Amino acid sequence: MLSQESLARIDVEVAKYPPEQKQSAVMGALRIAQEEKGWLANETIDFVARYLDMAPIAAFEVASFYNMYDIEPVGKHKITVCTNLPCALSGGVHAAEYIKQKLGIDFNETTADGKFTLKEGECMGACGDAPVLLVNNHRMCSWMTPEKIDQMLADLDK
Amino acid sequence: MSTHELIFAGLDGDRTWRLEDYVARGGYSALKKIINEKISPEDVIAEVKKSGLRGRGGAGFPTGLKWSFMPRAFPGAKYLACNSDEGEPGTFKDRDILRYNPHSVIEGMTIAAYAMGCERGYNYIHGEIFDVYQRFEEALAEARAAGFLGQNILGTDFGFELFAHHGYGAYICGEETALLESIEGKKGQPRFKPPFPASYGIYGKPTTINNTETFASVPFIINDGGEHFLNLGKPNNGGTKIFSVSGHVGRPGNYEVRLGTPFSELLALAGGVRGGRRLKAVIPGGSSAPVLPADIMMDCTMDYDSISKAGSMLGSGAVIVMDESTCMVKALERLSYFYFEESCGQCTPCREGTGWLYRVVHRIEHGKGRPEDLDLLNSVTANIMGRTICALGDAASMPVQSFVKHFGSEFEYHIEHKQCLVPADVQNEGSKIYVGPTC
Ligand SMILES: Cc1cc2nc3c(=O)[nH]c(=O)nc-3n(C[C@H](O)[C@H](O)[C@H](O)COP(=O)(O)O)c2cc1C
Ligand code: SF4
Ligand code: FES
Repeated sequence: MLSQESLARIDVEVAKYPPEQKQSAVMGALRIAQEEKGWLANETIDFVARYLDMAPIAAFEVASFYNMYDIEPVGKHKITVCTNLPCALSGGVHAAEYIKQKLGIDFNETTADGKFTLKEGECMGACGDAPVLLVNNHRMCSWMTPEKIDQMLADLDK
Repeated sequence: MSTHELIFAGLDGDRTWRLEDYVARGGYSALKKIINEKISPEDVIAEVKKSGLRGRGGAGFPTGLKWSFMPRAFPGAKYLACNSDEGEPGTFKDRDILRYNPHSVIEGMTIAAYAMGCERGYNYIHGEIFDVYQRFEEALAEARAAGFLGQNILGTDFGFELFAHHGYGAYICGEETALLESIEGKKGQPRFKPPFPASYGIYGKPTTINNTETFASVPFIINDGGEHFLNLGKPNNGGTKIFSVSGHVGRPGNYEVRLGTPFSELLALAGGVRGGRRLKAVIPGGSSAPVLPADIMMDCTMDYDSISKAGSMLGSGAVIVMDESTCMVKALERLSYFYFEESCGQCTPCREGTGWLYRVVHRIEHGKGRPEDLDLLNSVTANIMGRTICALGDAASMPVQSFVKHFGSEFEYHIEHKQCLVPADVQNEGSKIYVGPTC
């Protein structure tokens, strides 16, 4: 169900914990599975749970508890903009509005061509760099002026 | 007016985080000193106690005292955890420590493990900073290869294994017992205390949890002595502290200064209030700390005792600056939404109460407030505080109480006139995109 490469990366996570505590690796394993699959379907979560000898329901609880796991399909690129107060004071909301207008979607929507999903995020621990956004969970972009947003969307669209 | 850097001293952005740079700055000399001079674990803890170091994660608990709670003779594993789940709005210092000086955290944790007899540790890293997590993994590999981590550290029989655990988006995992659950591969729901982590932590074993900046301070205490560290700050508030200054300032960013530095100096370091506008309010310790009006804040020094005397908390050292263009109702609305969104839902007063707080502030902001709403807000907070498993309930309540206390007239104006005291165009101008000279 997952590629050999993903399984090898999951094994690296498992090795961080005592042998009888494989479940500790579930967060890393779900992240790796999501990177490969784009989002976490039930069967992917089931597979991860079985790989770690844990109950599927326990893995599902983890996948639904943490915000960065997608248990619904998302567009090819997920953009998460921080609008929490410190960012909002320096343009976080304006940046989000600009993206909404450019993509013609609201938060929690995906463009008709399936390319972009927009999410509202909470503090990313980078408030000094506002406006801040995340691309596909793992790439943080700082000081996002309209020009930089245009550039970013154009690059992602290639 | 100046910074006083220990953790940030000699750093050059992305260029100086590697082991060789750290060693060139004098890194790992504290660990070597302990090993070479055979300093006992008890003496390490005594030195940390002498330093007056208080936890940099939010609660300000004395670190040496916390370390002394760990059982000395315990058969079996003891654990150490570093809390790098920096999610308290306004806080962005641990990210900079980890990306620019990761070995200071590794050395601090290794010394802590020696002092408390921990054989294994985890650094729990905030989900949103994936590249920082990857860099920390690299730093760990460097430290292992150089014999600063692993079995037989520096040729002795002291061993300590350290790993990075990556979070994936849950503010509550910054609460220390939720963090433990998360390391065990579960939902991050806080545990009832007692038992405290020092007796029942990761996998039920004795565990000590400290913040990233707390650990990063430890090598300096060992190298220069606890007393020297204490004297950098003021009595009961030892050392330097990194303040994350955000919001309406000219140069948002991290500033490491001596504890006890006047707030006015910190504000000046951060470029003063932006665009010549007037200071209105400051949240001095992260979003959970009570807000203070400008005049009270301008009389404070930046240390635990001064801020607490003024009616707030130094917390994580996140200083959120708001100028006169800010609508305080709107500011509170955003914070209340955050706590509602991030409540783990385990306790009824927090789960239901945070929803109430958000909905009432939301309706005031949107011109649908009722005359009785301020009393309602106060009674909801009274029903949350002290009645929950973890401190998130209090953290959601304190902003509400303090905003209403200090800026009640703005809330009343909203309720009466269905609009804000601060004109919409002024608000819009004040909250527009500002990237400052940093970028
Ligand atoms: C809701 C909540 C969130 C917290 N978030 C953090 C955090 O992001 N980082 C942190 O170090 N401490 C956080 N804390 C405080 C921790 O529970 C704990 O006190 C701290 O990590 C202990 O380390 P210290 O003594 O070195 O400060 C949080 C507490 C609560 C109640
Ligand atoms: S106070 Fe809130 S966040 Fe904390 S355990 Fe209770 S419900 Fe969860
Ligand atoms: S508030 Fe946006 S990163 Fe902290």
